[in-house]
Amino acid sequence: MPNVTYIEPNGNQREIDVPAGWSVMQSAMSNGVEGIEAECGGSCACATCHCYIEGDLAAAVPAAAENELAMLDNVVAERKANSRLCCQIKMTPELAGLVVRFPDAQS
Amino acid sequence: MSAGMVIIGAGLAGLTAAETLRAEGYEGPITMIGDEAYGPYHRPPLSKGYLLGETQEAQLIMRAPELIAKKNISMKVGARVTAIDRAAKRVTLTDGSTLDYAGLLLCTGSRLRPLPLPGADTLKGIFGLRSLDDSKAIAAALETANNVVVIGGGFIGLEVAAAARKKGKTVTVLEAADRLMARVVAPLISSFYYDLHTGNGAEVVLGAMVSELVGKDGHIAAVKTKDGREFAADLLIVGIGILPNAEIAQAAGIECNGGIVVDACSRTSDPAVTAAGDCTARRLADGSFRRLESVQNAVEQAKSAAFALLGKEREFNAAPWFWSDQYDIKLQMVGLTAGFEQVVTRGDPATKKFSAFYFKAGKLIAIDSLNQPAEHMSGRKFFDKGVSPTPEQAADTAFALNTLLA
Repeated sequence: MPNVTYIEPNGNQREIDVPAGWSVMQSAMSNGVEGIEAECGGSCACATCHCYIEGDLAAAVPAAAENELAMLDNVVAERKANSRLCCQIKMTPELAGLVVRFPDAQS
Repeated sequence: MSAGMVIIGAGLAGLTAAETLRAEGYEGPITMIGDEAYGPYHRPPLSKGYLLGETQEAQLIMRAPELIAKKNISMKVGARVTAIDRAAKRVTLTDGSTLDYAGLLLCTGSRLRPLPLPGADTLKGIFGLRSLDDSKAIAAALETANNVVVIGGGFIGLEVAAAARKKGKTVTVLEAADRLMARVVAPLISSFYYDLHTGNGAEVVLGAMVSELVGKDGHIAAVKTKDGREFAADLLIVGIGILPNAEIAQAAGIECNGGIVVDACSRTSDPAVTAAGDCTARRLADGSFRRLESVQNAVEQAKSAAFALLGKEREFNAAPWFWSDQYDIKLQMVGLTAGFEQVVTRGDPATKKFSAFYFKAGKLIAIDSLNQPAEHMSGRKFFDKGVSPTPEQAADTAFALNTLLA
């Protein structure tokens, strides 16, 4: 099962298996990763699963769709070039080893 | 064991409250009691992706059971509270066992409003949609159904209608009002959705007063309306609203008024008892009551309830927001449209990307955004900051709304 490393706001790292087809958000929530709220449950409706994609695999993540880009304009923490809403990133074998960092604030 | 926090209801509100209690440093016992077979799960996909098989059951589950156990939250599923003894601070469950509480949270949710027609609860092939089991039953029935009739042109009915069309079924939506989602949106949005659903091949009948359910061999076969029309149905979806589960609160003498009455901090008339989510009726400053059925309401009221149980005040005053996904349109709503006097559109509905701004006495009261998430998010900030664009500014796409928020 592909794994993702989540970096919580305090720097704590958690490596979690994410089933293929699940979003990067779902496994974070299911496992209680700190630093993510995901209030809408993955509908790209709330902008509270903001993360930064780190490391070499960033380029392998499919680009954000228009609606995600529009929601990213409204995240609470600083929006950076590597900002994404992780509910919109579906896990695939190619993304095994992905590293995502959560910001200090989501809402 | 000392009495701890007891949470009746194991949905989004219950989970949010339990986790907020822990986040706020509460270390005593927390017990969640849910009457379904499952722990907390996401309901929004039940009328959308889950029906279509795009979302799997495992993805609906909000937290891994190990995580809930790790947070020392006791979860009793398949259990129901039958009575609250407020004097003794004790709840009784169906199996006769009792649980003492120091603080109690009622997030008992809601249930389907029944269709008041003979056959509604006896004929096979008739479903409402609220729970995971409901959605499973509808998904299974959709496999073999040909003619799907939906009674109720609100969010749930229309989302299920869209899912049924995507599965290639013949779909008829029967709505009693003269337009879709009439309780919530302006006529121009209603007519946009009429075109959306009919354009995708559904028949939408407005002003349809359902008068009779026609059964055959114990199964639904058709639905008749008062004007004498008959619609063939081998699957009938009833989406005519929900009723708050306030009975156990009422029986315990807690103030209820079309729901369990709470203040902005989710406190009920009993200082040891809070309530959150669909089951509540919020008392507003003007003395009126407001019921909201939404994810945001469940989350925010639950957080406030957890604070209140710890003796702290956390008011929930943010503008209400909701969303609905139908076909390729994401409708995001903020504010409440009731009593609007003027509505202006921003953007061209023909592009399927626009917003409707609702005004009352010249002040913004709500925004419906269709495939315009940025305008929805700006809108939430307008309400947070108490800022209102003028109707002219709202209608002018050359005017950058965010400049009002700077």
